Amino acid sequence: MLLNIVIRNRYVDSVMLMSIAAEAKARGGVEEVSAMMGTDANKELLASSGLLAEEGRAAGPMDLVIAVRAAGEDAASGAAAALRDFLSRRPEAQPGGAGPAPRSLSGALQSMPDANLLFVSLPGAYARREAEAALGRGLHVMIFSDNVPIEDEIALKRKARGLGLIVMGPDCGTAIIGGVALGFANAVNRGPVGIVGASGTGIQEVSCIVSNAGMGITHAIGLGGRDLSEEVGGISMLQGIEALDADPETRLIVLVSKPPAQSVAAAVLDRAKNCSKPVVINFLKGDPAEAAKRGIPFSATLEDAALMAIELAGGPKRPAPVDSPALHAVAEEERRRLPAGRRFIRGLFSGGTLADEALIVLRAYIGECRSNTPLAPELKLSDPRRSDGNCILDLGDDEFTRGRPHPMIDFALRCERIVREAEDPGTGVVLLDVVLGYGAHLDPAGELVPAIRKARDSARGGIAFVASITGTDADPQNRARQQAALERAGVRVMETNACAARLAGLIASKGTH
Amino acid sequence: MSTQGVSGLLKGMPNVVSMGLASFTASIASQGARALHVEWAPPAGGDPAALEALDSLLPRAEMIRQANDRALQMMQDAQPVLVDIRPAREVIPGMSERTILHAGPPIAWEAMCGPIRGAVAGALVYEGKAADVADAERLAGSGKIIFSPCHHHCAVGPMAGVISPSMPVFCVRNETAGNMAYATLNEGLGKVLRFGANGPEVIARLKWMAGVLAPSLAKALKIAGGINIKNLIAQALLMGDECHNRNVAGTGLFLRAITPHLLAADVEKETTAEIFRFIAGNDHFFLNLAMPACKAAADTVKGLRGSTIMCAMARNGVEIGIRVAGLGDRWFTAPAGEPRGLYFPGFTAEDGCRDLGDSTITETAAIGAMAMAAAPAIVKFVGGAPSDAARYTLEMYEIAWGSHRDYQLPALDFRGTPAGVDIRKVVETGITPVINTGVAHQRPGIGQIGAGLLRASMNCFREALLVFAEHYGA
Repeated sequence: MLLNIVIRNRYVDSVMLMSIAAEAKARGGVEEVSAMMGTDANKELLASSGLLAEEGRAAGPMDLVIAVRAAGEDAASGAAAALRDFLSRRPEAQPGGAGPAPRSLSGALQSMPDANLLFVSLPGAYARREAEAALGRGLHVMIFSDNVPIEDEIALKRKARGLGLIVMGPDCGTAIIGGVALGFANAVNRGPVGIVGASGTGIQEVSCIVSNAGMGITHAIGLGGRDLSEEVGGISMLQGIEALDADPETRLIVLVSKPPAQSVAAAVLDRAKNCSKPVVINFLKGDPAEAAKRGIPFSATLEDAALMAIELAGGPKRPAPVDSPALHAVAEEERRRLPAGRRFIRGLFSGGTLADEALIVLRAYIGECRSNTPLAPELKLSDPRRSDGNCILDLGDDEFTRGRPHPMIDFALRCERIVREAEDPGTGVVLLDVVLGYGAHLDPAGELVPAIRKARDSARGGIAFVASITGTDADPQNRARQQAALERAGVRVMETNACAARLAGLIASKGTH
Repeated sequence: MSTQGVSGLLKGMPNVVSMGLASFTASIASQGARALHVEWAPPAGGDPAALEALDSLLPRAEMIRQANDRALQMMQDAQPVLVDIRPAREVIPGMSERTILHAGPPIAWEAMCGPIRGAVAGALVYEGKAADVADAERLAGSGKIIFSPCHHHCAVGPMAGVISPSMPVFCVRNETAGNMAYATLNEGLGKVLRFGANGPEVIARLKWMAGVLAPSLAKALKIAGGINIKNLIAQALLMGDECHNRNVAGTGLFLRAITPHLLAADVEKETTAEIFRFIAGNDHFFLNLAMPACKAAADTVKGLRGSTIMCAMARNGVEIGIRVAGLGDRWFTAPAGEPRGLYFPGFTAEDGCRDLGDSTITETAAIGAMAMAAAPAIVKFVGGAPSDAARYTLEMYEIAWGSHRDYQLPALDFRGTPAGVDIRKVVETGITPVINTGVAHQRPGIGQIGAGLLRASMNCFREALLVFAEHYGA
């Protein structure tokens, strides 16, 4: 069977045609394939190899002749069709990616047509427009930016849902997708635990505890702080659960969030209940009864959620919720050094969720603490710049970050405050979180240690420093190295944020616990 | 599009486009994922009216996409074939004995730039309507002459772009859609009518072209049965031309195509030799074939509802104007720019006329500066390196709707040239088309003094977008 197809007035360079024909022949199933411009010389060549049919003979020098010889008609037309495909195939971008950087999403997509995620860290006012365009082009979106109006968030998430896409954020600081940390996130092991979280540092803490226990994370899907509000309705949370439920690598799911709005809680809990795999819920400050009603394990802290996940994934059983004698011993040792008047805890946090977790943990040791982001409105500090009694401060809150970088990146404010707290004769324990990972400061210990030494000097040694490190040894900062540097400066470094809060609580509660 | 829902995102590492903090992009890339950073700037430079216009078109994106896909299809499906050479009065629609066509958007005689005035005067002398240049200028100002843009008559003209009734024109037919386009024959470089020169030698050359060159080539064409210009352009791009400011290969290819037919035609041997000498001595002969070929392609989308593709861009030395497919015949104009480039001995940028000519029809139809990567030799006009040529083209992809199927760039792995300038992308990114151009002396009668490069003015794109949004926006 000999087949000739003539494409009129289509000039293609001969070397290009030869390489395409070779490719079409390599597909197999045909005896010979050729593609040539229909010049007299070329037609002669085709004829001499028995490839010229009536149609080809009629072609002119500006016409492209495709010639195929094969056993059957299907094979011949298949090869001709393949050749036409190769002909229309064009590289969409310069190989090697040289050339000017793209200046817009559509420019970027020309270079990377298979992009599937837009990461937006622009000023909030511009986020919607770019996110909307990305959704229109079939990309999922992560919006790191804050200051995006809630109407925009609702519109984006609804549009995304309609398109089978997800919007993580706005104000989504952390995600881990396919092992890749996006925004502020840690280099954690791969493993069976999937996370959906409305809190960036919450996701970081849970994923690091899991990873440091030798287990790992499939994906951590971020949502942004407002996803579970009544207005947004938990759109991304529900999509995230759905996706992890369907993900074959994920064996159990951890949900990390502040308590959802009433109307949203039911939907989320019902969806969680219908999951084909175990779900662990940590709604910080939430009501365990709601989850219990649906038979879903509820954990009061990030640490508890992580340990529960580890256990469910086949790791070691969760320890009993009793402080170990070793912890008591450490607390005792620290307490002995404190002068009588120095008894207050001053927590200086860079992660809002970590501050929340500390507030919850400390309740059992020293009762309620004041805060700029308190558990109850009456506990709000009148002036967050001045500590009063037991205080836990979220230095990453808007009132501190306006006009300056986040305290995970810039330690100036925290260092200054560490020194100031030590000058207060009431301060007994300074409690710190140290968050490592991509996006965070490259040497937090290097920033903190001079301030800690200065503070200790001004308190004549009569002050305790307790910290946790949210991070892994694989992080750019290396957890072990950070821990060693802090310990050399006399800081008690605990495994988890909750554990650090417990130690601080034990020290401050003078053994009454 | 995501066919797998959110699960699609969880299959393997994400391929990330990132805009904002470059450190985040670097973090992602450092983990072995593909991450492309966008050099982001506030869209439309933060211009609120332009942003509002862009936003109002977002709900129309699908309609526009369909229209633009169709526009690109029609433009690249066009098969412009040189079919004849005839006096303008016989073929150009709307051409009366009193009509003089000129380059660019509409302009009155009083406002015309030096080179067009010079060319108009030369044309009136050539037509025998005026005894000399002074007489011609009086006639031009008398109101008895009808001035009209080439673009309003299916025609295009390089530089001054002047076409008078008895000038022979190339007749190019788009065999796909059947529409025609016209352009004069190229006179050569230096003191020529299109650069505003109008001395006796200019008139004499025009007479020879009308009396000898055109009829002889027409005879050859008849024998040839037409010459497909698009195919010549596609080949010329592979040979180092961009078919606007460099036409060496195209001219050679045309000569090769016409030679056997000219030899076979009933033309004196001496005349044939004269014609060969003329064409071979004029590296830009092909420009006047590439231009109507581009015009024939671009005209197919004029008036295409909903399309944001630019379908004409032209300058008259005072203003630059563009037309947009979805907005029909309307021009959107802004002051013409000033090219940067190289000047002939004795001239400087000060002597230059502002940007001039219909030759930007090439950029409109995916060649010219769009195809700069094909013609590294061109960048010497602006003192650049060959890599700059590729860079210009790569930047143009940012504002192009797609890439041309048949116009390929060897230096970019045979990627198609950036095709179909989308006015939305221009306004959004702040990138306007690059233009390759010749430079005429600003005074009438002198001619070409250099060549160079410039950018189209943003204002005409902005204005066009605002009107487009008014028309089509939500």
